[in-house]
Amino acid sequence: MSSTAADALDAHRNHDDHGPAKGIGRWLFTTNHKDIGTLYLIFSLVMFFAGGAMALVIRSELMNPGLQFVHPEFFNQMTTMHALIMVFGAVMPAFVGLANWMIPMMIGAPDMALPRMNNWSFWILPVAFGLLASTLLMPGGAPASGWTMYPPLVLQTGDAFPFLIFSVHLMGLSSIMGAINIIVTILNMRAPDMWLLKMPMFVWTWLITAYLLIAVMPVLAGAVTMLLTDQFFGTSFFLAAGGGDPVMFQHIFWFFGHPEVYIMILPAFGVVSEIIPTFSRKPLFGHDSMVYAASCIAFLSFIVWAHHMFTVGMPLSGQLFFMFATMLIAVPTGVKIFNWVATMWRGAMTFETPMLFSLAFVFLFTIGGFSGLMLAIAPADIQYHDTYFVVAHFHYVLVPGSIFAIMAAAYFWLPKWTGYMYNEAAGKLHFWSSTIFVNLTFFPMHFLGLAGMPRRIPDYSTQFADFNWMASIGAIGFGLSQLIFVYVLLTAKKGAKATDRVWEAPRGLEWTVPSPAPYHTFTTPPKARVEQESFK
Amino acid sequence: MIRKLALSLLGVLPASTTKADWALNMPKGITELSAETYDLHMMVFWWCIAIGVVVFGVMIISLFKHRKSAGAKPATFSHSTTAEVIWTAIPCVILLLMAVPATETMIRLEDSRDPDVSIVVTAYQWKWHYKYQDEGVEFFSSLARPSLEARTKGSGVDPFAVDNYLLDVDRPLVVPKGKKIRILLTSNDVNHAWWVPELAIKRDAIPGIINEAWFRPEETGTFRGQCAELCGKDHGYMPIVVEVVEPDAYQAWVDTRNDDGAQVAQLEN
Repeated sequence: MSSTAADALDAHRNHDDHGPAKGIGRWLFTTNHKDIGTLYLIFSLVMFFAGGAMALVIRSELMNPGLQFVHPEFFNQMTTMHALIMVFGAVMPAFVGLANWMIPMMIGAPDMALPRMNNWSFWILPVAFGLLASTLLMPGGAPASGWTMYPPLVLQTGDAFPFLIFSVHLMGLSSIMGAINIIVTILNMRAPDMWLLKMPMFVWTWLITAYLLIAVMPVLAGAVTMLLTDQFFGTSFFLAAGGGDPVMFQHIFWFFGHPEVYIMILPAFGVVSEIIPTFSRKPLFGHDSMVYAASCIAFLSFIVWAHHMFTVGMPLSGQLFFMFATMLIAVPTGVKIFNWVATMWRGAMTFETPMLFSLAFVFLFTIGGFSGLMLAIAPADIQYHDTYFVVAHFHYVLVPGSIFAIMAAAYFWLPKWTGYMYNEAAGKLHFWSSTIFVNLTFFPMHFLGLAGMPRRIPDYSTQFADFNWMASIGAIGFGLSQLIFVYVLLTAKKGAKATDRVWEAPRGLEWTVPSPAPYHTFTTPPKARVEQESFK
Repeated sequence: MIRKLALSLLGVLPASTTKADWALNMPKGITELSAETYDLHMMVFWWCIAIGVVVFGVMIISLFKHRKSAGAKPATFSHSTTAEVIWTAIPCVILLLMAVPATETMIRLEDSRDPDVSIVVTAYQWKWHYKYQDEGVEFFSSLARPSLEARTKGSGVDPFAVDNYLLDVDRPLVVPKGKKIRILLTSNDVNHAWWVPELAIKRDAIPGIINEAWFRPEETGTFRGQCAELCGKDHGYMPIVVEVVEPDAYQAWVDTRNDDGAQVAQLEN
């Protein structure tokens, strides 16, 4: 009898430890957080290259004055699609992918709380972007009104219009489901003894981000639905001729749009807050104040939206309110940057690729922060608004900001995912060429904007020629540099075997499981380990 | 290219065609408020430089001194309430120093009372219409012929050979020097924005809404700008040219325009 019972127990254990299913079914039907994380990350990389190719069309056309390659209408389609793909297809899914992979492992949970919904929230994305990409082949072409979709211009879109709206709806659905999953997982599935304020910063920033997503994605869905009914069902939400207000769309859009900006940067703050302490061999400075600063930024993000609209003709009191509120964001953002510097101070730093990307993040995101502060000053913003100065600003916070953080995270956790060390020399080459070219691309844009070049134009007056040429060279170089990253990924399993801890001094539960992380981790909560592994 | 850049930096490259000077910074402009805007811009810029020197300075020192290869041993401190209070309070004070002058300028920018000349600007895809409210002068202003011919793909015209490529119009807006000029902006189709950097005015032209802005030009000359809100395929091809002239010349211009207008009216009758 006893041997039968032991066999049954073995069978049960085997059941628990079963690996992934075979074939394509593994990916289509998976409910495993690691598989879904991988899917998100691969999808985001593909979108990064698609959006990047569009950026290169834009930069090639702008390399010299005069029209060389594309017509103005196609140029506008490229700027619009580049933005939509990079925001909703590359940056956001990359962070959701990192969240899927890492949050359960960082809080000692066996998986995400809602695994089937997790599968669904990923598989909506290829459908959404399939719809969006199909518009390139439609009569009238892809949407060309900018990713901000301002009416009345957006209502001049051709057959692509309903596809644009529905793909935005789907992206929103995917984001909301992902956000719900992350909140439920973090609030319910932490290991015993992991109090909220003991959570790693990446988990914290994602918790805040997920609330932002739930708050604002429905607002975007509402705004685009009103566009849809204005176009097809005779409503006049945004049409002055029918008693509507085109400016109301801008208010609603930016009520979504500004928190969206922080949705794309808060997880990056989290990533950097994991990496800098690891390679400084010192705990994160002011963990709790970092949490409060991130929460403060999230709150302020809801009351600053109209700083995107200083030229639409708001009342003076409104403009002043939004100017002051926007300037206030500099305070918690400053706290974050000072805390990172204080973390490095008197540490013992080494400079592996993830650390290099994180350091560049702190430098270059701060430059984006400075131009952000300048943009907050309403009278000056009237000059900067809709010029290349703004293009420089948001690319500084998004490319060497968000995207560098994503790259840093990929290098940081790659050995944990694959079980092997990546090619460090190739990683460093990727870092240096990306950093040089990203600055060559975006720094001259500050000068272009100040000198008077508006954004979203396919051709420009000849005094802008030199800096545009520089920016285009930089963009091509940056695009090619990303192929080094693909090389690193393709050779990721050719390096030395990674240890469980991978780095010399990492902290956190994810480093207590083997490398590569088994298909199922923490089937029992890691109670005893929390105390010694958490940051406090 | 590099040679051209170096020469332009030295300011010795002779301009072959008429075009604006190569610029790094925002223009100071020709109104009191454009100069104030420029000063605000520079003030915040220098604050950013100062903060950058401190933050990046500390970081760079740390990068050299506190590296493992230099034998650094990691400290273990993880917070300091004093430090955190200081670096929360100091930025608040700096922000206050920026906010006061910015607010003063903002209040003046919005005060468009008692104008000397009022001009209704109506935006179309893709040109501007100007109507002088009291002078009875109105006309369309669109991209000048030479730029128009050069701008199409495969036109075979070198943009460098065109005077003020994409920044020239057939009929400029003419305004008198030293007078308070109010523009009332609206649009006939989609959103546009009327922007002339030297006047420090950028204001959206939105269908169904009338926006106001004002300026008092202190210098005569020709000042160029562009539409600054994406308005469709020819968004890059609807420039703005403002000619500031002495009040006498302005009056003479209004009179000839009125004669022209009268002649046109007669012909139409």
